[in-house]
Amino acid sequence: MNPLLSHYLVVSALLFSIGFAGAVARRSAIVVLIGIELMLNAANLNFIAFWRYGAHPEALTGVMFVLFSITIAAAEAAVGLALIIAIYRQRKTTQVDGLDTLKG
Amino acid sequence: MLNEIAFYLIAAVTLACAVAAMALRQLVHCALCAAAAFAGLAMLYLQLDAEFVGFAQLLVYVGAIAILIVFAVLLTRADEIIPGSRQSSPSSLMGIAAALLVLSGIALPVLSSPSLHRLPVTTAAAPVKLIGVELMTRYVLPLEMAGILLTAALLGAVVIAMREEPETKLDPRPPAPRRAETGEVVSLP
Repeated sequence: MNPLLSHYLVVSALLFSIGFAGAVARRSAIVVLIGIELMLNAANLNFIAFWRYGAHPEALTGVMFVLFSITIAAAEAAVGLALIIAIYRQRKTTQVDGLDTLKG
Repeated sequence: MLNEIAFYLIAAVTLACAVAAMALRQLVHCALCAAAAFAGLAMLYLQLDAEFVGFAQLLVYVGAIAILIVFAVLLTRADEIIPGSRQSSPSSLMGIAAALLVLSGIALPVLSSPSLHRLPVTTAAAPVKLIGVELMTRYVLPLEMAGILLTAALLGAVVIAMREEPETKLDPRPPAPRRAETGEVVSLP
């Protein structure tokens, strides 16, 4: 017996809000990036769950979307971490509330 | 029944690891817990009969992104753990409240809609051969675009993270011999 579709969706919603809380509540830019990755993964779980429980799983659309989403998430993580390293080199900090040069 | 128990176990471990990744103080612990959460998600994909996506998730997230995060922690490690310093931003309570609002905004409609409380109607399979054929025929243009995007992103990441060495190209003088600067006596045979 399989779990219901709504169980997967609730897990995905929990994961998304955990990532969201971390992304807006932590000071370290690296943890913010991990939170964004968690939110992306929650969306991917939704795609796979709807693909599996949908009427036409042979179309493979959910699987394809998640594959491209993982690709883009990898590119995003690489650029984001490079930006964090570059900022650290210049400002000697990765705390997001220390980076307020553009604040009026 | 067994499937359900496995689902609840995997989901509980994944969510616990995600909470730990967001709440722990040491950044290395955060990175490792995030890797464990990504692995748990890969298990959920495997349980949903998406084998290729599950293994791609393991390779890309646990294999590559977690290592990348650990390297970033390693390279930016001077000021993180000052005893007594706060790890959360000043408005963190607002942030957590906003996250709870988001959770209720997603989870309440899901729980209250009867059409989502259902079992899978058909058996599903995503064989690797079919995925490969689809990638080469119907999705070939997105595939090529993903290749271009990855190339550009990795080149950009290298350029952004590269250590700048100022005034090496602007300085017209030839570099002075180092031994003459330090006054070291060079004994010729």
